[in-house]
Parts: sequence; structure tokens; C-alpha cells
Amino acid sequence: MTVPVYNFAYLDEQTKRMIRRAILKAIAIPGYQVPFASREMPMPYGWGTGGVQVTASILGPDDVLKVIDQGSDDTTNAVSIRKFFSKTAGVRTTTATNEATVIQTRHRIPETPLTEHQVLVYQVPIPEPLRFLEPRETETRRMHALSEYGLMHVKLYEDIARHGHIATTYAYPVKVAERYVMDPSPIPKFDNPKLSDCPALQLFGAGREKRIYAIPPYTKVVSLDFEDHPFEPYRHDAQCELCGATDSYLDEVITDDAGSRMFVCSDTDYCEKRRAAMDGGQQATATMGHGP
Amino acid sequence: MYVAVKGGERAIENAHALLADLRRGDRSVPELTLDQIEQQLALGVDRVMAEGSLYDRELAALAIKQARGDLIEAVFLLRAYRTTLPRFGVSEPMDTGAMAIRRRISAAFKDLPGGQVLGPTFDYTHRLLDHDLARGGEVPEAPTAPSEISSFRSVAELLANGGLIEEEAPGEGEVGDLTREPLSFPANRDVRLQNLARGDEGFLLALAYSTQRGYGRNHPFAGEIRYGEVEVEFFAEEVGFSVPLGAVALTECQSINQFTGSATQAPRFTRGYGLTFGQSERKAMAMALVDRALRARELGEETVAPAQDEEFVLSHSDNVQATGFVEHLKLPHYVDFQSELGLLRKLRAEFHARDAAGQDEAAMQDAAE
Repeated sequence: MTVPVYNFAYLDEQTKRMIRRAILKAIAIPGYQVPFASREMPMPYGWGTGGVQVTASILGPDDVLKVIDQGSDDTTNAVSIRKFFSKTAGVRTTTATNEATVIQTRHRIPETPLTEHQVLVYQVPIPEPLRFLEPRETETRRMHALSEYGLMHVKLYEDIARHGHIATTYAYPVKVAERYVMDPSPIPKFDNPKLSDCPALQLFGAGREKRIYAIPPYTKVVSLDFEDHPFEPYRHDAQCELCGATDSYLDEVITDDAGSRMFVCSDTDYCEKRRAAMDGGQQATATMGHGP
Repeated sequence: MYVAVKGGERAIENAHALLADLRRGDRSVPELTLDQIEQQLALGVDRVMAEGSLYDRELAALAIKQARGDLIEAVFLLRAYRTTLPRFGVSEPMDTGAMAIRRRISAAFKDLPGGQVLGPTFDYTHRLLDHDLARGGEVPEAPTAPSEISSFRSVAELLANGGLIEEEAPGEGEVGDLTREPLSFPANRDVRLQNLARGDEGFLLALAYSTQRGYGRNHPFAGEIRYGEVEVEFFAEEVGFSVPLGAVALTECQSINQFTGSATQAPRFTRGYGLTFGQSERKAMAMALVDRALRARELGEETVAPAQDEEFVLSHSDNVQATGFVEHLKLPHYVDFQSELGLLRKLRAEFHARDAAGQDEAAMQDAAE
């Protein structure tokens, strides 16, 4: 039996070149979904194969990799992907946002502002923002080609008519560089403002759907809205009970069987840094968030 | 005080250790060998090779062992390994007419040149649990007889002589490969067939069944089903001729379907085609039926049923993709769920506020009256 020998970062060089070509095209046409010949990876589709292929193609031996899922370095899938790259590429890994050169993420943008020396790689389940309005790829590609985005505005308008608000809370559609409507992956709309004018290169990989797209550094990204119903970022009426942050995205944690709950930062690195910076590491007094 | 969940890494390692332990199971029971799987669970090995898109019985057996008998997981293992292999070329078209036949039947003709060769099949067995098999024991060798015929012409070829069935012209240009080029629509038949050949047996079976029950009805005959070994040849540029690489076992199904003709074409039979690695008649037949259903557009038939819908069929046939995405729901979604919770609370608060305001108003009206 043949014993497999794997290349640096798992993928063979030919495949990496193919993916890099797709990435370059994606950067050249911000927000446009570039089809690529996505490979089968040793982790399941829907678990970050697109992001993993993008990361594998851009990673060099000197890179420092951070992997987060739900903002946290410790969630099972983030651990698994980080281990995959330390095994197949032998690169240095970190949990500190500011130390990383490549950050692969699922569902969040780190709270710590990114820099020009960083690349943020998103894992994308459904790259097509119009998919739930029109299931056919042939149709949605045509709609993008003609900038025919009326259907999306009708959907958002119907939300307002029915609920008084736009009832999309994550994967909130954006327009990139005034041309393509793009799905920012299922990040909470809280994170949407960070997409725009970001110094870091943002790459999006969808493995199962075989698409790569990109937001080049310092690109204007606008969350779709209406003049009389402007986009409102999600606000928590709570603060983190561990670090006291009021400006970060919070996870709600149920603390007992009676349904008591508390709020903590979703970005674990941000929370830890803040706590370390605090005097003697003393934790913020819990002021809010308890109750059934 | 709640502390954010740490130690995910150790938990994962322990879960994997537990999996390995359960995979081995009771240590007093002898461990399965790859030979046993390859020999005695041969049809499972065939399925894993077909859907894993890699012809290697030993690796498929290993995948089945590693996957604890979960065949889709085994397919996944084989696919992930396949990714790492270089593609050095495309073989010459295989001549299934020259197949070393182990089984060949036709439901369209009572007898035909070469005859009906039943071969190893579950057909006509009574599905009664065999308790002798549970006890084990010697199995006598199957009787054999010398064969007089070395090659069997396909039924479709026999029909083609009278112009009763459509001609299949060899395709032009390079054959597509959806592992190298992403699927785009409309897809050509070569890529459609590749997609179906790798597709999930259960999914294709259900689609084929749906066409028989009237969803895209197109009455098929099992023109021919054959199973056996076929030589694989590769054109080697360096030497200037084709060299044999070895033989693979294949199951081929050619379905014959009615076609009433059109303004420009006389009525004739059309074909659906199914081909799989190993012995898998269910898959090959289902594939042939779905292939024929997907030709609706090309043949100018009305496309109304799911099995005729190319985007629907080809986008959902791959079980590695399907299982990955369905099971990804196990991954944490705290962040998105939190956003939804926030919105729901807001909407509910507004609803109750409106409700309360409405009641106040009603009460005031009552008082006024």
C-alpha cells in the first residue's frame, strides 16, 4: 500500500497555483465570486474547507497563523484546523490577534483592529447572497452580471413592512466597491462596519460551493439599507462580565438550570488581553445580565 | 464564576482516543483484517471505490475499517486521500464491449448472442436469513464451465444496426473533469455522467424511482446490464502508443427509452447510461435512468420533474458535500444565534408594547362608552 506523503500545507503546488490565480482574480474584481476547482479536504465540507484551501495556498513558512471560530481560539473546529496547519505546514500559531499574519475565521471579525500586514480568511458556507431568494445559480449569476439587485431590496423592504426592522441579523448583505452585492459570511451584523476600509486583505473561501471572493484593503463596503431605515449595527444592552468591555460582541451564557445568564466577550483574545491589562487581573464587577 | 470553556484540545484528543477504542471493540473478538473486508464485504468496498472515485480495493477496505463500517465516512476518507494524488492524464476510452464478462443480462431480449449470463447475483434468492452462515463453515467452490465466447456485443449496438436506437457519436475535444474544473451550468453530458458516477447511490436511486412513478416519466427498459473486468489503456506520449495499465471491474447499464420523435427526427429509442466501479447494479441502473431524465432539454422534452432538473440533481448528488454541510450544524453557531436572540427579544418587546397599548386604548374606549 502507498503511504501518503503530504506537501507543505497539505495541497500540492499545482493546486495552490490554481487557487492563487482565483484569489488574484477575486482581488481584481472585489466582491465577485470566482469559481475554483475546490478540492476534497480531510475535513468535512461545511466545516471550513474553503477557508482551509485559501489559507493553505497563501501560507508561507514564516507566517504566524491564528484560527478562530465564533471569535474563540478554543472552539473545537478552530483547534482542529489550527492543529491541521501546525502538522502539515509546521507554521507558528498564536491566539494573539496582533501577532498573527494570517487569521482564519468562522463567523467573526476580531475586535482588535487589523493591519496592512494581515490577511483575514473567512470560511463561507453559502457564498451567494441571493441564494435564498433565487435557488438557481444560472439565474443569480445573471443577476450579478446585470447588477440586478432589486429582489434583495424587496426582501429587506418586506422585512421592514412585516417587522418594522430588517430581520437579518447575520450574513447581512453588503455592496462592495459600489458594484457587487456580497455575502460577508455568517458574521453578526455587529461586525459589518469592520469590513469597510479595512487595512487587511479579506479573503473568502467556500469549498463546497467552489467559490472564492475578496475585499482588497481599504475598499468601501456598505451594508444594504434604505435612506429612511439606515443600517443599525447590533448593540448589546450589557457589558462583558469578565472584562467589562462595552464595545465588543457578547455571547450569552446560561449559568444554571434556572436559566440565569451572563454575557461574555465572544472574542476570547480581546477579553483576555483586557483582563491581563487590568490591575492584578481583577475581574469587572458583574453589574448586569443576571436574571431568568 | 463561569470561566470560558478551555481545554478544547484535550477534549478532542480524548474523544478521538475513545473512538479508536470503540472501533476496536471487545478485545476478545479477533480484529478485522483488510483482506477480510476486501473479500467478504466486497460490495461495500465497490461502493466506497465508486463514490470515493478511486479504484483501490485495499485503500477502500482500510477506509471501511477506519470508518467503522460507515460507508459515507469511508467514501470521504478515500476522497480526501484522492485529492493528494497527481493527475497525470486521461485513459483511452474503455471498451466495455471487450469486457471479460462475469454477468450480462438483457431484459429487452429473451436471448441474444452470448446468451444471458447470470453470474453472482442476489436476484432470485429468497431473502431468508441464513443461520448456517452465522455458524460459518466450509463453502464449496462454485461449478464452472469453459466459455465459448470471448466478447459480447452490447444490446444497444445490435439495435443500432436497424437505426432503431440513437447513435452515440464519440465526444469531441477533451473530456471534462469536475475535480479540476468547477461545475457550471448548463453542464455537458460527460461532466453530468462523472457527477452521477461519483454521486450517492441512495440519492440516485430515489431520483430514478421518482421517474418511474411519473415525475418525469420516460419508460425505460434494462437494455443490458453487464459486470466484469475491462482493460485500462493509457496513451504514452513518450513511446507513441497505448500501454495497458491493468484491469478494473465495472458495472455498466444501458437503458433503452422511448422517444416519440420530433419535427426533424424519426421516432426511435434513446439511451441512458450508467457506469460504476465494481459490482453495483442498483447504482448503475439508477444512474442510467437519471442520465436519461437529464437529457430532457437536449431531446426537447418538457422539464417538470426534479430528476430532469440538472441544477437540482448535480448540485445535490455528492454525499461527501451533503453530509459535510448537514453535519456542520453541529459546529457552534453561538454568535449567529446570539444575534437572532437579540432580534427576537426586540420584536417580542415591541409586540407586547403594542399589545399593552392596544388594551389600554380598548379600556379607555370602554370607559368612554
